Amino acid sequence: MSATPARRRRMVVKVVLWIVCLVPALSLGVAAVTDGLGANPIEEITHRTGWWALFLLTATLSITPLRRLAGKPGWVRYRRLVGLFAFFYATLHFLTYLVLDQFFGWSYIVEDIVERPFITVGFAAWLILLALAVTSTTGWIRRLQKNWVRLHRLVYVAAPAGGVHFLWKVKADAREPLVFLAVIIALLLVRAWAPWKRRASQAG
Amino acid sequence: MLIRRPDDIRSSEITPYRVYMNRRHFIGRSAKAAAAAALVPGLLSACVEPEKMEARPAPGTRDAQAASGRSAPQEKKWEDVRSELDESLTPYADVTGYNNFYEFGTGKEDPARNAHTLVTRPWTVEVDGEVARPAAYDLDDLLAPHSAEDRVYRLRCVEAWSMVIPWTGVPLGDVIRRLEPTSKARFVEFTTLEDPEQMPGQRRRVLDWPYVEGLRLDEAMNPLTLLATGVYGSDLPNQNGAPLRLVVPWKYGFKSIKSIVKMRFVEEMPATSWAVSAPREYGFYANVNPDVDHPRWSQGRERRLGEFRRRPTLAFNGYGEQVADLYTGLDLRRWY
Repeated sequence: MSATPARRRRMVVKVVLWIVCLVPALSLGVAAVTDGLGANPIEEITHRTGWWALFLLTATLSITPLRRLAGKPGWVRYRRLVGLFAFFYATLHFLTYLVLDQFFGWSYIVEDIVERPFITVGFAAWLILLALAVTSTTGWIRRLQKNWVRLHRLVYVAAPAGGVHFLWKVKADAREPLVFLAVIIALLLVRAWAPWKRRASQAG
Repeated sequence: MLIRRPDDIRSSEITPYRVYMNRRHFIGRSAKAAAAAALVPGLLSACVEPEKMEARPAPGTRDAQAASGRSAPQEKKWEDVRSELDESLTPYADVTGYNNFYEFGTGKEDPARNAHTLVTRPWTVEVDGEVARPAAYDLDDLLAPHSAEDRVYRLRCVEAWSMVIPWTGVPLGDVIRRLEPTSKARFVEFTTLEDPEQMPGQRRRVLDWPYVEGLRLDEAMNPLTLLATGVYGSDLPNQNGAPLRLVVPWKYGFKSIKSIVKMRFVEEMPATSWAVSAPREYGFYANVNPDVDHPRWSQGRERRLGEFRRRPTLAFNGYGEQVADLYTGLDLRRWY
């Protein structure tokens, strides 16, 4: 395989992205074992993993507008990487809740999912991300063809759902979740109004 | 509900400092979701009896505490107090480092970081309303006729976490008796300081400042209700509501109003800050009740800080024996 300068550059970008996306998890792990999570570590882990999931999901949504703006269509190849890391953090968030917070108390978990709207919405968002992660490979793109794009438009549901999950959880200080939602909604609106939508023959 | 004997690790030999050390281990273990069996709490049925110890403890190790924010409290003294209970004290670092005090920011660690701007002396407490002699008292004058007591209480936050805290203070009932409320007084209303200069969190209207709370007069007179001035044998740190706060252990923590500047005796039920902010979620009574969920989360279980598994929440936070008959005939589902 010829290591052209372009290929090498792409490898470097991917490696850098991997490292950048792993730093929050690593720093969380270090804090966990060095007692740096404060008085309520489980709550802190839950909060941080959720925050990074939402942040990376928002970042994923920003790749297409940014690449059009910068005239760099090639940036789409990094979207799957960032999106999968969003799913990674969302899964850590969900597992923290399941294992550390509720400790496999299935009846409590089911009750939460069914009766607490903010958890219903959060769980739905995670299910969508699961479906998107599973079908993120080129094999699936080939298998689903046109339906792949339709399926992956569900990210436009998952991201706001994640924002609403955060908004409905906070007690009184809604500043952070509202900022997330504002950015997510802006990123969705940009897509709705973008002139390039008319060239719909391009695969997402 | 299972009632288990406390296991060995939670016996009365464990000092608060060792609980603090255990916390480091549990975090490492919880990262692997390993066997939490050793840390499963003994479930209690007994209420916590107030400890009455007349003398104010000597501030001996205060310098040690000041030197490091997370240092151990006075082990010897609190060991004696603790052995009466079956539940470990929450480490001093957590009691003073994990706080809801939105006047200093809405993050749990904001008050410890930001409350240094609060000036706690001189401190005036205004007493007015339906009372014999309305007056503005200097705090030390208000409390001087009374003797300080040490009380170890559970504190249960409405967010479903809890602590066990050794307070020092004066029974509110003693103070009220001296103030002589008139026959018209049915409630006591408390107000926190409002000063955005000293309390930067008040520059945002997260709540309608100043913070207001209240109690029915019989709740205020109950022997459990404490006007606290100290914690762990020393003066209250600013982030815990210095220099004067309320402790009402059978209610959610938001009722235990901090940094009190006013006590008003009134006929009408006071409009309390959280009930004003979200009336469907927070009521006036706010009695700890595992059978009445918060609209957005369950109140059936709680995270006792320092423990891995959640523990069942107790009716009236375990103080039913002392307070349940204040509420006979009251529909606690309606009057949450």
